[in-house]
Amino acid sequence: MTDEMMVKELEEVVVRFSGDSGDGMQLAGNIFSNVSATVGNDICTFPDYPADIRAPQGSLTGVSGFQIHVGAGQVYTPGDRCHVLVAMNPAALKTQIKHCKPQGLVITDSDSFEAKDLEKANFSTNNPFEELGIKQDILEVPISSMCKESLKDSGLDNKSILRCKNMFALGLVCWLFNRNLSAAEKMLREKFAKKPEVAEANIKVLNDGFNYGANTHASVSTYKIESKEPKAKGFYTDINGNKATAYGLIAAAEKANMELYLGSYPITPATDILHELSKHKSLGVKTVQCEDEIAGCASAVGASFAGDLAVTTTSGPGICLKSEAMNLAVIAELPLVVINVQRGGPSTGLPTKSEQTDLLQALYGRNGESPMPVIAATSPTNCFDSAYMAAKIALEHMTPVVLLTDAFVANGSAAWKLPDLQDYPAINPPFVTPEMAGTWTPYQRNEQTGVRYWAVPGTEGFTHRIGGLEKSNETGVISTEPENHDKMVHLRQEKVEKIADYIPELEVLGDQDADLLIVGWGGTYGHLRLAMDFMREKGKKVALAHFQFINPLPKNTAEVLKKYKKVIVAEQNLGQFAGYLRMKVPGINIYQFNQVKGQPFVTRELIDAFTKLLEE
Amino acid sequence: MSEKVYTIQDYKSGQPRWCPGCGDHAFLNSLHKAMTELGVAPHNIAVISGIGCSSRLPYYVNTYGFHTIHGRATAVATGAKVANPDLTIWQISGDGDGLAIGGNHFIHTVRRNVNLNMILLNNRIYGLTKGQYSPTSERGFVSKSTPYGTVEDPFHPAELTFGARGRFFARCIAVDGAASVEVLKAAANYKGASVVEVLQNCVIFNDGTHASVATKEGRSKNAIYLEHGKPMLFGEQKEFGLMQEGFGLKVVKLGENGITEKDILIHDAHCQDNTLQLKLALMEGPDFPIALGVIRDVEAPTYDEAVTEQIEEVKAKKKYHNFQELLMTNDTWEVK
Repeated sequence: MTDEMMVKELEEVVVRFSGDSGDGMQLAGNIFSNVSATVGNDICTFPDYPADIRAPQGSLTGVSGFQIHVGAGQVYTPGDRCHVLVAMNPAALKTQIKHCKPQGLVITDSDSFEAKDLEKANFSTNNPFEELGIKQDILEVPISSMCKESLKDSGLDNKSILRCKNMFALGLVCWLFNRNLSAAEKMLREKFAKKPEVAEANIKVLNDGFNYGANTHASVSTYKIESKEPKAKGFYTDINGNKATAYGLIAAAEKANMELYLGSYPITPATDILHELSKHKSLGVKTVQCEDEIAGCASAVGASFAGDLAVTTTSGPGICLKSEAMNLAVIAELPLVVINVQRGGPSTGLPTKSEQTDLLQALYGRNGESPMPVIAATSPTNCFDSAYMAAKIALEHMTPVVLLTDAFVANGSAAWKLPDLQDYPAINPPFVTPEMAGTWTPYQRNEQTGVRYWAVPGTEGFTHRIGGLEKSNETGVISTEPENHDKMVHLRQEKVEKIADYIPELEVLGDQDADLLIVGWGGTYGHLRLAMDFMREKGKKVALAHFQFINPLPKNTAEVLKKYKKVIVAEQNLGQFAGYLRMKVPGINIYQFNQVKGQPFVTRELIDAFTKLLEE
Repeated sequence: MSEKVYTIQDYKSGQPRWCPGCGDHAFLNSLHKAMTELGVAPHNIAVISGIGCSSRLPYYVNTYGFHTIHGRATAVATGAKVANPDLTIWQISGDGDGLAIGGNHFIHTVRRNVNLNMILLNNRIYGLTKGQYSPTSERGFVSKSTPYGTVEDPFHPAELTFGARGRFFARCIAVDGAASVEVLKAAANYKGASVVEVLQNCVIFNDGTHASVATKEGRSKNAIYLEHGKPMLFGEQKEFGLMQEGFGLKVVKLGENGITEKDILIHDAHCQDNTLQLKLALMEGPDFPIALGVIRDVEAPTYDEAVTEQIEEVKAKKKYHNFQELLMTNDTWEVK
């Protein structure tokens, strides 16, 4: 029977696992993504989880989702809507069905659709499918009871047995996409290395799920995704943005031959950077979980003063608290990397969701004239390069640097070719040299870069005092002299502006003679790129200029923006970058596409908006 | 460590700009002397302060210095110490800087036992903003922001330190130079967060706040110099002493009611249990003398050393020690 199974060759497929936040959906999704990556597919993932750790079981607020986009060719986003939705309970079905394509497939755990379960999800009838008007194919599988049956002789207690039901769903999905289970089994054995009985129970259920699909549902079309174009040769791993950020910092410290210090305070969605760096003590990484966000940043300023590559990580609300110490680094002219994994605001806002609403805060959210370089990571894997560049600029230009990522790129993952540090530019902080002793003063500057020289405590012959008060240029002695202050304000500004000489020019992708230039920045790159590719395939002349460097802007920014008749800035805020560009490039006429939903852009909506603008 | 011997001039820098008669001048002299006697090379010292009159101090010490932001000096100093545990760090704050805006950083730095010399210059007033009450001002204190008197109780720095599990607490009076130098040296020699409360006068906005112990004569009557292992005697002729009574302390006179020196409490700064040490630290006039000297001095692991030790332990255990090796700890696949 199975031999006659129809195999659809899909270019790409999107799968979404959803269930209670304790149902292990993130793990199932992660394994499926890794299994797909190991066969050479490109992947992009999007965990969509609730802010509550354990909302009431079966409730609508407690649904946790994990979406994976698997493609034969390049994949830029986790996909708009999924082909397959796994819904482990009625609440998941109710909240997640909107993410499923009309011709998609819904897999449910029928054991979790009893009257009491339906009630928890506020269904008013006993037919949730009819009540929701579901048109998709539905595959109702008694996952819980089969899981119990499968493990009845395992010796595990009932609770532990039911924890394996995510693997049944995963097995089923693996069957659906012809995934070999050996890679998944290997991952489970590694994950549960200390509990082999749990590993074996999960593996058994995984196989049962796979076999269930093969034995009973041959009528469902299965998909196979094969690599279309081989990627560049080399070793790859699956990496999310927060981990890539941590790796970029470690790489930069090694390249600069410095020790890495992180002062931080837990905050969603940035905490995983703290977790990741805390693991790597064998690389000499020092992590201090401070008493608050303020101390996280202030201690990093102290570590920088003492000669470490100092970093503080947070999300928007934390930046509010750190801005005072960030400003100290501005006036003291000390290197510091400040990472803001943006989430929905204002205030506590949407802690687990993604926005680009902290741009102006990063640029201007401090008292006084407080210039600070701002870099924005464009994808999960670009977080590595962006973190590396943030550290390089901070160290070489003696300035705090803000790196903006967001919940979407931080939690999303993609296949990443392991980098070779030899390919990355050297990092040379402007340390004082012994021959400077005697003539050196704290605010002497390199004429070309405007950067002061760094004397680290412990260095003989260079004792000096710095601080948050305005100081005389060159000597660093406290000064309230009007002309001096004016000069220092300009010197600090010029120092940051000169960084434009050390960053790449803005690249225009797509049609150089486009009728429409799409402009974006940071984490929306994947969606904007996809929209552009699609429109060009349809014969439209479109280009994309996506900014990674925001302050200073690339030197050719004005030239690029003025070259196109129609320019639209698409961003997940009310137009912060558009306004910034209007200020920096006077006279330009730009359109805006703004959405602030806490969710990634939907490519379809972008295409519609851009097409409409083209036709106006 | 350098073999060079440094003189007091090697630690001096600039011309202090505090008001004439300010307690900060006297404290600065004691700090210069203590630094000279300790002999740590100026380039291996960092003085890190917050904001306020006393926080101007780094400019007057010829070491590495960082005049930071209001209340955050302890946090900045924590980062600097973890980054470079070889530095000797003097962290300078006033009562407003350290206990109001910086209260949270103060207690957590003490709790972590970061090896810092934490100096708290306590004049019970905001001087730089021209005379508002501080968290150490007594209830009812009249200031520009409390013209009818405060309606709140003050912190006792010792109580706060002990509540944060502080292992070292000492007290001195800014104008009492010789005793201050000894206390500062003890604080520097202690490995951990050593809190020193310096009672200090503000001639402009809170003159006479520590008047009872401002003179040598006053101190002989109203203060007791505590020394580990020595009986707790005070008075012009050492005629008074401290004894335990029930859950508290009492002042007794030698020779009265048959009391002799052997009845007097012996100071134990190293006692883990801080109950009596706290009682000593909280004594105040007119019934009790103000306790000066090292009140508590108990060994404990320091945070900065523990961070370094953990790194060494993990280095010995783990198999990856550079970025390239870190990369290979991931699940990878090869595209050929």
